[in-house]
Amino acid sequence: MARIDLVDLAHSYGGNDAPEESFALKPVTMTWRRGGAYALLGPSGCGKTTLLNLISGIVTSSRGKILFDGVDVTTQTTQTRNIAQVFQFPVIYDTMTVGQNLAFPLKNRGMPRPEIDARVAEIAGLLDLTPYLSRKAQRLTADAKQKISLGRGLVRSDVAAVLFDEPLTVIDPELKWQLRSKLRALHRDLDLTMIYVTHDQTEALTFADTVVVMHDGRVVQSGTPAELFDRPAHTFVGYFIGSPGMNIVPAQVSGREATISGHAIALNRSYDRLPAGARIEVGVRPEFVEIASPASNLLAANIERIDDLGRVRFAHVRVGDTRFSAKVPPGLSVSGNNAGLVFDPSRVHVYADSLLVEGEA
Amino acid sequence: MSVELVNISRLVDGVTTIRDVSLKLERGTLSVLLGPTLSGKTSIMRLLAGLDKPSSGRVLVDGKDVTGADVRQRSVAMVYQQFINYPSLTVYENIASPLRVQGKPRAEIDSRVREAAKLLKLEPYLDRTPLQLSGGQQQRTAIARALVKGADLVLLDEPLANLDYKLREELRTELPRIFEASGAIFVYATTEPSEALLLGGRTVCMWEGQVLQAGETPLVYRRPDTLRVAQVFSDPPLNVVGIEKKNGSVQYAGGIAAPAAGLYAGLNDGDYRVGFRAHQLEIANGIPGRHAFHATVTVTEITGSESFVHLERDASNWVAVLPGVHEYQPGDVLDAVLDPDNIFVFDAAGRLVAAPGAR
Repeated sequence: MARIDLVDLAHSYGGNDAPEESFALKPVTMTWRRGGAYALLGPSGCGKTTLLNLISGIVTSSRGKILFDGVDVTTQTTQTRNIAQVFQFPVIYDTMTVGQNLAFPLKNRGMPRPEIDARVAEIAGLLDLTPYLSRKAQRLTADAKQKISLGRGLVRSDVAAVLFDEPLTVIDPELKWQLRSKLRALHRDLDLTMIYVTHDQTEALTFADTVVVMHDGRVVQSGTPAELFDRPAHTFVGYFIGSPGMNIVPAQVSGREATISGHAIALNRSYDRLPAGARIEVGVRPEFVEIASPASNLLAANIERIDDLGRVRFAHVRVGDTRFSAKVPPGLSVSGNNAGLVFDPSRVHVYADSLLVEGEA
Repeated sequence: MSVELVNISRLVDGVTTIRDVSLKLERGTLSVLLGPTLSGKTSIMRLLAGLDKPSSGRVLVDGKDVTGADVRQRSVAMVYQQFINYPSLTVYENIASPLRVQGKPRAEIDSRVREAAKLLKLEPYLDRTPLQLSGGQQQRTAIARALVKGADLVLLDEPLANLDYKLREELRTELPRIFEASGAIFVYATTEPSEALLLGGRTVCMWEGQVLQAGETPLVYRRPDTLRVAQVFSDPPLNVVGIEKKNGSVQYAGGIAAPAAGLYAGLNDGDYRVGFRAHQLEIANGIPGRHAFHATVTVTEITGSESFVHLERDASNWVAVLPGVHEYQPGDVLDAVLDPDNIFVFDAAGRLVAAPGAR
């Protein structure tokens, strides 16, 4: 298990002479704690797989350094770096038994037989694979095979880190729940540094202590799920985290007031020093805007559609040219298309050129 | 147009894959086939498309028996989980291809291709070939091609499963409008309950090759006929506990007894299974009239807007979803509380006998 430092790390598939804007990974400096559970989250093309491949050593960075426990490993191979990996699809030996599959990475490293047996038994127990240990892997379902892959990734206790690349893609929803909570529990029990790449916010937020959100080759925010939800540092984080994402609307902001489509709403903090000429937007999550009966003191909205997600309802409304998602309070029966929007001022954030502005108390 | 499956069964190598399925699909409707992997969703689609023949039963199109008829006589478009495009053609030509086959005039082809491309946000990529696109863009190309074809029957087999989360979210909200506008029969297979709820329409709940229940989506969600339907239509998984009702009280398996209030009041004495979704379980204490269980936290998953608390209680696993951030630690013992008015009660055979009223 290692602490991982990225020092001005960047990568360009087109070489270092290419303009920085075209880099797959733009320069980043950050530290990954020993024993931390991290998720790398972002849409396809955001650079998360590039970053993962740089950490694993599959790709060598075109700029900057990677340190494992202070040692420069930038040019080392995956094997020397001592990394375990789990991929999207099962990577196992069909002709071996489940037990042999789990033992393989240990045997390869020349671990003594009794230790191998003990570790395999432990991992099989944690993943509920014990009844299958002597079965051939070949006849098992895709789900079970992926569990073996996870087991193979986790079986070595001496690795610097375990990297997961979208490991639950092929798993049915019900089992996904089980495996996700299992992975979290495994992280606690096994004390390994884990990095989990996904485009699925639920997977990222529920697996990781720290979620690293990437957008367009850049790390735009790194924080706990609650931090990303409560205070998105970048409008992209607001949009990408949460379903539906954060409402981000153009506004005029001065002092403790934001004006949206000619209607003033109160803010909890004061914004007197906004950068001149910047694009000013207000961001508020759908969870903190409720629809109510139209009233003169409320921002007027036109209801386009209501999504009933079973445990919560969201209204899609239009304010002038702007679309909003807003919560429908439980028990409210909606009649007609006109509504007013009620904002929770403590949850309304201000953004200048997509970046969060702190404001003053 | 209507397509109807009448008492369809299908055996493959002596194994029954589809068991006595009857289903009627009307023009301008969307039906979601909801069920886990291998529940028969794809098999039903292949039978509807005419790609497979049933071992028994009949397929009717507009009331006419077409059971053995050639698939080329049916007007069908299909989108698979693994996107399929012509690799050597541009996105534009990929989308245009069914219209070229139909011999449509150039101007009509152009306007329909551009309309579909706009709907699926493919306008910037029309001149590229599929291999220059991301997975999401390739799948949107396949969906666009299925839409422009103007088929009477459009079959989508887990079309969003391989796509990015946010893109899935966008397409899910777009698709119902696309469906409404086209007037075709849409059939959409998914393993995800939330997808069925967002798409609306009708939901056909499938399990082991059988149709368990079919009806308006919110209705199937709120009044599942059986415990199995409630399980298939719950994500996080449905929580279940056994009870015995006797002499005006309810004895929960492995513990507490409580007065038979709420939905329990109307039950005859006997054994039942009680199902409740994650949001029907609260963590609290001292709420009068609620039934409280001591449960041990195994893991808490926090998404920011919600916390999923996984609990262990009397050897069964439950999940509660709570709004906001709650950092419960593994091993914490909590009071998990159930409102006897907000549960599903199933009899010993798994049939629904009581459900929460309309909210």
